[in-house]
Amino acid sequence: MSNIPFIQIENLNFSYEDESRKLAVLKNLSLTIEKGSFVAILGHNGSGKSTLAKLLNLMLLPDSGRILIDGVDITDENLDEDSLYEIRRRIGMVFQNPDNQLVATVVEEDIAFGPENLGVEPKEIRRRVDAAMEMLGISEYADHSPAKLSGGQKQRVAIAGVIAMMPECIVFDEATAMLDPKGRSEVMDAITMLNREKGITVIHITHNMEEAVLADRVVVIHDGQIVKDGTPRQVFSNVEELVSRELDVPQVTKLFHLLRQRGISVAKDVLTEEEAVKALLDLHPKK
Amino acid sequence: MLKDITFGQYFPGNSFLHKLDPRVKILSVILLIVWIFMANHILSYALLLVTCFAMIFMAKLPFKTVFRSIKGIILILLITALINLFMTKGQGSPLLDYGPFTIYEEGIWRAVKMFLRITILLVMTSVVLTYTTSPIALTDGIERLLSPLAVMHVPVHDFAMMMSIALRFIPTLIEETDKIMSAQKARGADFTSGGIVKRVKALLPVLIPLFISAFRRAEELATAMECRCYRGGTGRTRMKILKLHISDGVFLGALILLGVGVILVNAYAGAIVGF
Repeated sequence: MSNIPFIQIENLNFSYEDESRKLAVLKNLSLTIEKGSFVAILGHNGSGKSTLAKLLNLMLLPDSGRILIDGVDITDENLDEDSLYEIRRRIGMVFQNPDNQLVATVVEEDIAFGPENLGVEPKEIRRRVDAAMEMLGISEYADHSPAKLSGGQKQRVAIAGVIAMMPECIVFDEATAMLDPKGRSEVMDAITMLNREKGITVIHITHNMEEAVLADRVVVIHDGQIVKDGTPRQVFSNVEELVSRELDVPQVTKLFHLLRQRGISVAKDVLTEEEAVKALLDLHPKK
Repeated sequence: MLKDITFGQYFPGNSFLHKLDPRVKILSVILLIVWIFMANHILSYALLLVTCFAMIFMAKLPFKTVFRSIKGIILILLITALINLFMTKGQGSPLLDYGPFTIYEEGIWRAVKMFLRITILLVMTSVVLTYTTSPIALTDGIERLLSPLAVMHVPVHDFAMMMSIALRFIPTLIEETDKIMSAQKARGADFTSGGIVKRVKALLPVLIPLFISAFRRAEELATAMECRCYRGGTGRTRMKILKLHISDGVFLGALILLGVGVILVNAYAGAIVGF
């Protein structure tokens, strides 16, 4: 992680309109995301977090405010079409339903879809597809039909399809929400690997608190505004406030919160099972 | 239950026929259809029949599966043959004359030819195309064969993309139909009893959710495709380029020779064999 800003969102407003009323989704939202960081975005349904994702690669246009990607204002009205597609190449998206984002009937053909659209040379596409499959551990399914894969495998195919476009940032829009626990951990392993080893900036939109703990930074969005922003430890230490935003906290954090309510003096900022075990052992030092 | 339906009847394999360029295969089938309809001497049919067996052998397909494809249309075959048998009026005296049923020698030949013609046609197209070409290769082949039409503003790429997306979503939608049917059965829906009207009515609560979800899927897929920089066929490259190999030329050459053979047999066999 560096301190160079990659995405700068300034005073962003967005609303959905139908004939009778205007529904403000994002309200004067500002956020800066550094190159190479791993940011988890939390928020309950309707908080505007998925809308934010769609604004980042111009699937939607804001009402007002600016979004700068690597210093370039993408909300500029004079942005030409090539720059638009360049933004979409640099910021990849992985969506919730793995079935609804795979295009081809063969795994490797699907991964090739992105670079094919970019007009990359056939030999280079082959090289990228092979590298992406290797990276995500799906080489053995290269000539399978995606229909026969498990949810976690399909989602890794979708990630490989984005990786083959050589993005600098990937937005995961509830990419684990439809998966079973095994698929979930496969995808989370892939996401952390991409961030830590390949230096890709990750924005992970999720409901799952255990997944948010893996991030460097947690941003909580409530009603179109950022209400909390900090390391997972800072954000999850205030259990009451999160609960009041209709959000959960990681299980162990909740357990320790309940313990404290019962008058047992334990730390506020316990996030993982290992930390919990250690903290509980410290309560009863061996005689 | 519904999952067992395989779309198309592609048998994955590695044979000579599997490896042929899909464009060559489509052209070959067109040629074969022309040859089959040109054949009029019984010996030319024999020639085509031998080629037919040779192709099944080349594709390394079990004979059983190939003949299963005929089973589906055996009734049509028989009716066609019988109509030809009884309706053909010959010049000589009838071999059998029993009320409306009269059989002439010409009728027998015509029935046999008709039977062979349809059988060979069906077996050859399924062996060359459907059994040995994956749906995606087939779509690819059609797209590239028709690509000259793009000059005349025919949206060839878009049609090919629609076709491959349709193929991609067939198993997904079948799975979904299965799920919805189970859900409706759990609520007491009955799909298996009653007359045809009742059964069609029973399917309505399956089709409506299926359609709604198909539209939702289509929208999500469109978003995902746009996010992956899809903008139609312009400026798009392909990972796999179809290349013609020597074997493709050999195959086409052999088929042209076969055609010449059929024409020669038609013209001269009568003189040699004497009928």
